[in-house]
Amino acid sequence: MTTNPLLDATGVVKTYGAVVALRNASLSVLPGEVHALMGANGAGKSTLVKILTGAIRADAGHILIRGEAREVRSPADARRAGLLPVYQEPSLIPDLDVASNLRLTGTPVEPFRAWVRELGIPDLDIRDIARDIPLAVLRVLDLARALAVEPDVLLLDEMTAALPANLAEKVLEVVRRQGDSGRSVIFISHRFVEISALCDRATVLRDGETVGVVDIEPGVEERIVEMMLGARIEKTQVAARQASQAASPRDSRARLGVANLRVGTKLNDVSFDLANGEVAGVVALEGQGQDELFAALAGSIRPSGGTIEVDGKPVKFAHPADAIRAGIAYVPGDRTEALTMQRSVRENIALPFSAALRNWGPINMAQERSRVVSAIERLQIDTRAQREVQRLSGGNQQKVTIARWIAAEAQTILCFDPTRGIDVRTKQEIYKLLRELADQGKSVLFYTSELEEVQRVCDRVIVIFGGRVVDVFPVELADEPALMRAAYGLPRGAKEDVGILADIHSSPVAKP
Amino acid sequence: MSTTAIQPVPFGRRLKRFMADRPLIPLIILLVILVLVLQILRPGIVNERWLANTVKFAIPLAILAGCQTMTMLTGGIDLSVGTVATMSAFIMATQVVHHDPAVAILIALVPAVLIGLVNGIGVGVFRVHPLIMTLGTSLIGTGCLQVYQRTVIASGAKIPPFLAWLGTGLTYGVPNALLLFIPVAVLIVFTLRRTGFGRLIYAVGDNEGAARLSGVRYWQVITALYVISSVLAGITGLLYIGLIKAPSLSLAEPLVLPSVAAAVIGGTSIFGGRGGYTGTIVGALILTVLTTLLTILQMPEGARRMLFGLIVLFVTAAYLRIIEDR
Repeated sequence: MTTNPLLDATGVVKTYGAVVALRNASLSVLPGEVHALMGANGAGKSTLVKILTGAIRADAGHILIRGEAREVRSPADARRAGLLPVYQEPSLIPDLDVASNLRLTGTPVEPFRAWVRELGIPDLDIRDIARDIPLAVLRVLDLARALAVEPDVLLLDEMTAALPANLAEKVLEVVRRQGDSGRSVIFISHRFVEISALCDRATVLRDGETVGVVDIEPGVEERIVEMMLGARIEKTQVAARQASQAASPRDSRARLGVANLRVGTKLNDVSFDLANGEVAGVVALEGQGQDELFAALAGSIRPSGGTIEVDGKPVKFAHPADAIRAGIAYVPGDRTEALTMQRSVRENIALPFSAALRNWGPINMAQERSRVVSAIERLQIDTRAQREVQRLSGGNQQKVTIARWIAAEAQTILCFDPTRGIDVRTKQEIYKLLRELADQGKSVLFYTSELEEVQRVCDRVIVIFGGRVVDVFPVELADEPALMRAAYGLPRGAKEDVGILADIHSSPVAKP
Repeated sequence: MSTTAIQPVPFGRRLKRFMADRPLIPLIILLVILVLVLQILRPGIVNERWLANTVKFAIPLAILAGCQTMTMLTGGIDLSVGTVATMSAFIMATQVVHHDPAVAILIALVPAVLIGLVNGIGVGVFRVHPLIMTLGTSLIGTGCLQVYQRTVIASGAKIPPFLAWLGTGLTYGVPNALLLFIPVAVLIVFTLRRTGFGRLIYAVGDNEGAARLSGVRYWQVITALYVISSVLAGITGLLYIGLIKAPSLSLAEPLVLPSVAAAVIGGTSIFGGRGGYTGTIVGALILTVLTTLLTILQMPEGARRMLFGLIVLFVTAAYLRIIEDR
């Protein structure tokens, strides 16, 4: 392939204040190529995509389209240059019918209809209101709308997520044909199966930098995983803790038993147990159903199937209050979801005490103070600015969200990425605290987006991919490369002989 | 914040922090200034009688403003308080012709409870915006009252002497209405500060999602709150009829918007989660004094209203500047 690239971005830099989102990203797409863009959470994929499609501007870097330098200042510019994205979120305006949506973007109707039929939806009425159309179909319509204007470069972000198998297959087929007809596709996906079936090459991003461009061939997935991990692959087993004795049969009955749990299309079939005295880690790429899993266990949303058992008794949570009564507390990843920012540290920690109707009366201030103070001391919360939680640092705010449930003496704590965006010292304190809780016989379910945390904190790790549990590790085996591979749905311990076409859904789930 | 600093900045910062931590102080300063202005414009007007009168008229406003404070703390508002107060006053005044005053009062409070319950369920369960919900029940209530009026047109109305004593009477120069107001005020302040229910009011208004994750059931808090607000409004109606002594179908309507204004001037945020009742009480006093001030200025009614509106806007904006510590 000696042709000139259709799209050639080099040295792209983007910073948000002190945070560097992209430090040196490049991406070169040849005509007729399906090009995968890969990277772990936070590697900079979505920032690069936004820059290419004109949604945000780069601080530095060159973007050549067909060999010409182009400034892509807005989505309309990108569109004129022949670059069209299809994002994960459906982009049709919900209150308009499909025909009006097409008119809005100047999309020709007949080609659109042809593509819709091609993509496996024979009976679409374009007078249907977008709101009434199921999500999976909406995504296909977005794709058809993009295809109808015949873009030179089509950018697909997790296109097959949330699609049923038959639609996904059609989509992949159409994408493949785009490549054959001389157009290019940038394909963002976490699924190696699709990438191997579709793509010609892959660009791998790590920490805002392009670390490699590889041809897709059998066995390349290991190299891609290595690239995504970078130097981290060297320092395996830094401080691997041994699975603690506590996890073993101090209490044989599971504290929390989850069986075949389903939530909408996001969480398909998840089963696991959580014992008293155990910290179980949950590892997943973004959007693999972990949000829904935690929300369902916390009583925030109702599962569409499966069972949850607490201490061996089946439970149904209609409201977080039900979960709390069963001793299950949820610490969300976003602190602003959990805190009443204008209220004091004390009121925030004491909030669950007053929640039940029978506790609406006068507060025993002395008793409340002692419970709150002991939780504050335990977490070493800096209380110099305690009159309003919003004046605290992020780390201290995060501690308040956990202190609340320590004070409320919750038996099981669901921690969703509690160390995101806080300083290293506070992170260490949180690791220590979670271990202490487990040693006191409490149980913790701990989702983290930072893989190295797993070995510091957990006894066991549950890996979720595509809404299913794909693997369960004892902590000794859970080094970063192993976790990364598992998070991408690659089978464990079969480095050499499993080709890239291995079907992730049939891979055996190891019993702990 | 851009401060046109005449004083050295550190002092300005410290003053601001001081005010932010004690939001009541600038309000009381404003109240004193208003009274001084009044005294300068009309020397001798500020005497014991004037004081008692001001307190007497401020009390119904302050209780209704308490309803607004509590609902505003949850991010809501209760525009039905005027109608509820009017209804309970009118029903009591007409029922007392046939029944014992205690029974008449109980009958009069029934519609208050009902309207509060409907408001609470509408806002808490069906998630109707409080503005629309309470405006709707207020119109319905007014309509019902007009229908009811036809049925009692022959029997007439009277005001029980006890309520007249409570509304207008003085004991050693102190308004008897304080006998009702002080317990009510203490109860509201105590509820907001020292009870679980009070905590939930603030929590729900600050971050409903966080309250939910802590196990708070929104509809329970909201329903209880609007019932309480409505009952307080009903009690205010009984007090107010004792003060005005002329039952009508729009008795307490003129108090509705001032009650919102008093809560806002008192530092309660209409977005919820921020404020308290003590500020509201001072806010109600400020509005009452301001009304007297504008009355003695002898301007045309239109100009007076314009000035009133402007002052309310200015005071609120300035006050938020002072107490907001950013």
